[in-house]
Amino acid sequence: MSGFRIEQPGLLCTLQDQGRFGQSRLGLTTAGPADGHAFRWANALLGNTPGSCALEITLGGLQLSAEQDTAIAVCGAAVPLSINGKPKALWQGHTIKAGDRIELGMATAGVRAYLAVADGFRVAEQFGSCATVLREGIGGLDGGKLQAGQLLPLTKPAAAMASQQLFALPERFWPDYQSPLTLRLIEGYQCEDFSVAERQRFYQHPYQISPKSDRMGCRLQGPPLHCQRSKMLSEGICYGAVQVPPDGQPIVLLSDRQTLGGYPKLGSVLSLDCWQLAQRSAGFELQFAAISIEQAHNLLHLQEQRFWQQHSQLEVL
Amino acid sequence: MLDYSIQIAGESSLILYPPQQMSAEVNQWVLAACQQIEQALADVLLDVTPSYASILVSYNPLQTDHFLVKARIRHALAAQSGESQQAGKLVELPVYYSEESGPDLTRLAKLHQLSIEQVIELHQAPLYRVYAIGFAPGFAYMGEVDERLATPRLDSPRAKVPKGAVAIADRQTAVYPAESPGGWNLLGLCPLQLFDPSKTPSMPVAVGDQVRFTAIDKAEFLRLGGVL
Repeated sequence: MSGFRIEQPGLLCTLQDQGRFGQSRLGLTTAGPADGHAFRWANALLGNTPGSCALEITLGGLQLSAEQDTAIAVCGAAVPLSINGKPKALWQGHTIKAGDRIELGMATAGVRAYLAVADGFRVAEQFGSCATVLREGIGGLDGGKLQAGQLLPLTKPAAAMASQQLFALPERFWPDYQSPLTLRLIEGYQCEDFSVAERQRFYQHPYQISPKSDRMGCRLQGPPLHCQRSKMLSEGICYGAVQVPPDGQPIVLLSDRQTLGGYPKLGSVLSLDCWQLAQRSAGFELQFAAISIEQAHNLLHLQEQRFWQQHSQLEVL
Repeated sequence: MLDYSIQIAGESSLILYPPQQMSAEVNQWVLAACQQIEQALADVLLDVTPSYASILVSYNPLQTDHFLVKARIRHALAAQSGESQQAGKLVELPVYYSEESGPDLTRLAKLHQLSIEQVIELHQAPLYRVYAIGFAPGFAYMGEVDERLATPRLDSPRAKVPKGAVAIADRQTAVYPAESPGGWNLLGLCPLQLFDPSKTPSMPVAVGDQVRFTAIDKAEFLRLGGVL
C-alpha cells in the first residue's frame, strides 16, 4: 500500500467527504467540509466525483511526502503551497511524482484549506462516510486528527495517471475571505418567541466571532438576546441553525453540530454564508439579515448555475 | 391522529411539531410519522431526526422546494393508519449503583430525604421509554423518572463523566455511552457497551424501546466488563 506519508500534520488536519447523512437517529452528526465551496472546487479541479475524500487543513502547516504518482489541488484559505520547495498556485491541479514533498505554510487569509487528490483518498467508510468527527471518534483513519507518520492511501493507481486531467480556476472566480460578511438568515424554529425588539437588535448590531468557535459551531459575541420561552423539549438541529443559550450570545451551528438541542433558535443561516463564515477568524465582525425561504431556494439554484458557468471556463492544463 | 404544525427550520429543513409534551402517545406518533415520511419522500430526503415531540425533515433543496415537501408530508400523514407501529423491544440494562460508581447518589438521597436504598429502588422501578437519541452517538434520552427523584442538572457541568454513567436530569434518565463532559446527576455505572460502531446494530436500544434498569453488585459489574 502506498500513498501520502504525513511528515507534519499542522495544527488540525482531518479527512472529510461530503458528510454522513441519514444517521442522526444514532446521534451521529453529519460532519463534512466546513467550507463546502472550496472543498467542491478542490475535487472538481481534478475531475473527481463530487464529495471524494479530501484533507481539511485548519490554518496550514501540513507537510506530506508522496510515495506514489498522483495529482493534487489545494483550494480555500490562502496557504503558501510548494512542491519540492517550488511555490505553486492554489485553485489548480498539480502533477505529483513519487518522492515529491508537498508543503503548506500558514494561512494569510481564510482559515481552512482543502487538499484533494486524484479520485480521492481511499479510506474505509463508517456509517456511509469517511468524514472525521473528533468528538465522536468516528471517521478518518482512526477517528482522530491526522498524526505524523500516518499513511494516507490513494484510490487511483499510479498506472492510471496517464489519463489524468488537470484544471485551473481563473483567479477572477477565487473567493475573497476578507470581505465584509452578512449572514443571510431564514427565520424559523422558535423565531416568534423572540420579541420584535429583540429581533431588531439582532439584525441591527454587529456580532464578533469568538475564539471558542470550532467545526461544531461558530460562537458570536454581541448584544445579548432574550427569548420569552424558557423551557422546551430537545429537537433536531439543522445545518446553520442559530441557537441562543441563556447567556444570550448566539451560536451558528455548523458541520459537527450536536444532533439534538434544547435551546431556542432564531432560524438558520444560508449554507453558502456558513461556508464563508468558516473562513473567518476570531474577532471578525459580521451582521445578520433576514431572507425568505423562497429567496434561499433561489440563491441555492443561482449558486449551482454559477458553479457550472465557472466550470465551463476552467483552464485545461 | 394528532394535530401537528409544519414550520421552517432552515433552507432545506422543515420541522413537524405535534403537541409539545413528553408522552408516550406523542412520541409514538413521531415514530409512526417518521416511517411514513421516509417511505413517501425517499427520493428527496437527506435525513429525518425524530425527538420527543418533533421531526426534523431535511431534503435536497436543488431537487425540490419547501412547498412541495410540505404538501407531500401532509399527504403521507393523511394516509397514516395511526397505531400501525409495533411496540418497541424491552431492553434490560444492569447498573452497579453505589457511592463509588455514582458520585451524586448520597447528595440526591439527602436532597430528597430518602435513603440511598430508596433512591436505587425508585430509579429501578419504572419501565422507561426511549424518547430520543442524540447529543452524542448512542445517548438515549429516557423517561419518566419518579417525581420523588426529579433533580435539576448540576449548576456547572463536570468536565469528565465516565463511560457507562447512569444519570438523571429532571425527569429524564440516560446512560453516557462514552466519556464526555456532562451536567446530569450520576447514580451508578452500566457495564454494557451502549454504542459500538463496529457492531450492527451499533446500539442495544432504539427510539420507542422500553428499558428496565436492574441493580447488580460490584463483582457482577466487573464480570460483565465494567471498569471502575
